[in-house]
Amino acid sequence: MLRVFVSFVALLTLTQIALAADAGSEAVTSFELDNGMQVVVIEDHRAPVVQQMVWYRAGSADEPPGSSGVAHFLEHLLFKATDTMAAGEFSATVAANGGQDNAFTSYDYTAYFQRVAADRLELMMQMEADRMVNLRLTKDVVATERDVILEERNQRVENNPRALFGEQMNAVQYYNSRYGSPVIGWRHEMEALDLDDALGFYRSFYAPNNAILVVAGDVYPDAVREMAQKTYGVIAANLDLPPRVRAQEPPQRAARRLKFSDARVAQPYVSRSYLAPARKRGAQEKAAALTLLAEVLGGGTTSVLAEKLQFDEPVAIYTGAFYSGTRLDQTTFDLAVIPAEGISLEQVETALDTVLADFIETGVDPEQLDRIKLQLRAAQIYARDNVNGLANRYGSALAIGLTIDDIQGWPDVIQSITGEDIIAAARAVLRPEASVTGWLVREQEVSQ
Amino acid sequence: MKRLFAALALTLLSLPAWAEVDIAEITSPEGITAWLVEEHEIPFTALELRFRGGTSLDPEDKRGAVYLMTGLLEEGAGDLDARSYARALEEVAASIGYDANSDYVSISARFLTENRDEAVALLRQAIHAPRFDPEAVERVRAQVLSGLSSDLKRPNAIASNAFSQMAFDGHPYGSDGKGTLESVAALSREDLLAAHGAVFARDRLYIGAVGDITAEELGKLVDDLLADLPESGAPIPPLAKVDITGGTTVIDFDTPQSVAVFGQQGIDRDDPDFFAAYILNQILGGGSFESRLMQEVREKRGLTYGVYTYLAPRDLAALYMGGVASANNRMAETVEVIRAEWADLAENGVTQDELDKAKTYLTGAYPLRFDGNARIAGIMVGMQMQGLPIDYIATRNDMVNAVTLDEINRVASELLRPEQLHFVVVGRPDGLDSDAIQ
Repeated sequence: MLRVFVSFVALLTLTQIALAADAGSEAVTSFELDNGMQVVVIEDHRAPVVQQMVWYRAGSADEPPGSSGVAHFLEHLLFKATDTMAAGEFSATVAANGGQDNAFTSYDYTAYFQRVAADRLELMMQMEADRMVNLRLTKDVVATERDVILEERNQRVENNPRALFGEQMNAVQYYNSRYGSPVIGWRHEMEALDLDDALGFYRSFYAPNNAILVVAGDVYPDAVREMAQKTYGVIAANLDLPPRVRAQEPPQRAARRLKFSDARVAQPYVSRSYLAPARKRGAQEKAAALTLLAEVLGGGTTSVLAEKLQFDEPVAIYTGAFYSGTRLDQTTFDLAVIPAEGISLEQVETALDTVLADFIETGVDPEQLDRIKLQLRAAQIYARDNVNGLANRYGSALAIGLTIDDIQGWPDVIQSITGEDIIAAARAVLRPEASVTGWLVREQEVSQ
Repeated sequence: MKRLFAALALTLLSLPAWAEVDIAEITSPEGITAWLVEEHEIPFTALELRFRGGTSLDPEDKRGAVYLMTGLLEEGAGDLDARSYARALEEVAASIGYDANSDYVSISARFLTENRDEAVALLRQAIHAPRFDPEAVERVRAQVLSGLSSDLKRPNAIASNAFSQMAFDGHPYGSDGKGTLESVAALSREDLLAAHGAVFARDRLYIGAVGDITAEELGKLVDDLLADLPESGAPIPPLAKVDITGGTTVIDFDTPQSVAVFGQQGIDRDDPDFFAAYILNQILGGGSFESRLMQEVREKRGLTYGVYTYLAPRDLAALYMGGVASANNRMAETVEVIRAEWADLAENGVTQDELDKAKTYLTGAYPLRFDGNARIAGIMVGMQMQGLPIDYIATRNDMVNAVTLDEINRVASELLRPEQLHFVVVGRPDGLDSDAIQ
């Protein structure tokens, strides 16, 4: 058993304040069961509560072609019957023990969790282990739940022009990677999902050697290990687990544009995305530079985009920059700008590109970078107040193949990044010829 | 000003260990009361301040003034303009959030122990000396107007605004506290100064703090921060009369999925039947998979992704509300099922088994709420505003468990009024028209 107390010791001393070196420590223990299931325990003994999460290394980007949405559909179906439990009994039992449960699906993983009093943990483990391999689905159950996910798609996507626009942006950004298909699925493929699709995905990917158990809260590693052995440890590994090799995105060689119009749009805006590298095992520097680049460009009132487009020359009422490096394959770096009244999308897009080009020439303001790094160090302290957030951080990173060392080393990697590194990352990623630009517009503007 | 630690009056009330929420009421040297949970494990403090009144303090012709004023508190104060202020806050790695709703203005701050004084000094400037610089006013006004335009095209916002207007016509609760495109466009700097004076006063202030701070330190902090606020602000509006007649209102909007907001008269937080009503709501539509509405509408029929109900006891009126979304060709059936469940529960009540299960869930889930310093600070301020005693957390589950089957079924028959239940549906629902169903 590896017991690690991580210290987020700052590499650089900043002028204003020096955070105490031991201020950011979190108690994390990691081990593996004999069947290959990885276990992470995050201790927080302030309240007698625990959260169990099981993360499967299987998300929408692992689906077979033509059945988009099946990973998420299966997530819903895991709350139905098993050999020993009736449909709905899982959540009913969690509730009867005063707990709360839910699940979520993303491109690279599917995760299930319960929050409950710490002395109910073993029961939660028994039930979660049970549905890992003992699901029993019927055609009726599958048909009703398919209606539910279609209504979920209605609610999240069809009723929301911004979500429909985002879906089109992704589809244009990714020509070959499955990241181009929405996690919830394309409607016509969701309508055709059946029992065999769900069971096929289940049998391929739901196994202890493809799962990560994260237990966070008022627990001790030895006790978790003992319970995990009894519950998950007795499940046989799936020796036919397919290798996680997915279609990769080719280099983008030409700028792409789209215009999405919808009568329900109140506020037109410009969205921009670029392909960008994700965090890699033992090599997180580029992702760290891009994380800082997003903060420098779009991290609020003092960021470059806000300064130039909202203050110096107020052509926008909102600017933002986004990057999430926790992806298995190539991710994206995204920008969004909402024009001010009387400013056209064309004008605000031109202004955005001018700011980006100037920024790459001018470089990063060292004081701004110092402030951002200081805040990210402080965030390590604030993060300890949210043990569920820590559980998410570990689970999502492990699910894309990063190691505990990568996760715990990430804050230091961030602190080691220089202004030059950030500009190099900006030059490599923010290339006009490798951009996707989308306009979200009101329908009548198109017909004019 | 000389402040003596000795003058600090401390009332320490210990709670049972299971809750782990050990609240102390402190009174500062200047006589300000605050609730405190000391938690020294992590070197920061979460501070929650609330000022009762909120957007309901707007004069009738100045709708949106409190909301816009609140949004401008972080946009420059004292000697610092908006950008300088934001940089100064970043340099101490503190965060301060501001919000305004129909009952209160809230300030949620968190700051590190090592530079607490600098962070609090910045917060003090925002509360006492916001600049309302013309360019900042125009910038934030444009953001509010953009949000209001978007709300006019969002089915959920259209439905809830229409419901509020119907239920509370003529009262501040009957209109959006963010204002209208017209009213916000007309707000002047003087209106914002007036809103500032209306909101910030000691007679409506509630404070919760959780984290790495002692009672003495908190007493000094709240005095530095708040002692020289004026004693009183704008008068709180009168109670709102709830005016809901049963039926359906359909608002035409071209979108594939209809969105419904529904509700009737509710129950006050200090009503002796509140706990019975609270459990009743858990059974009907309290948000878990086990609720009757989730079982009937989603699990059995697949008509929706989610359906929920909630008690909405506000300072000046109480509603019992719910929400659901279904495809246009399925909303009529959804409404019918919900009406049937409402009527069935009013007439036949719940079973002992349902009551027992709801109690187990509610009492077991209660400790899960206290899962972070900021969360606990917010809960403590809510308790103070509702007039709950400081030992409420330790007794709350007993009050849930004390509700009997006879009691909850009496409350079901009194509270639930199927003939009063009104649906506002936004979309193009097949087979549903305004007032088609009674």
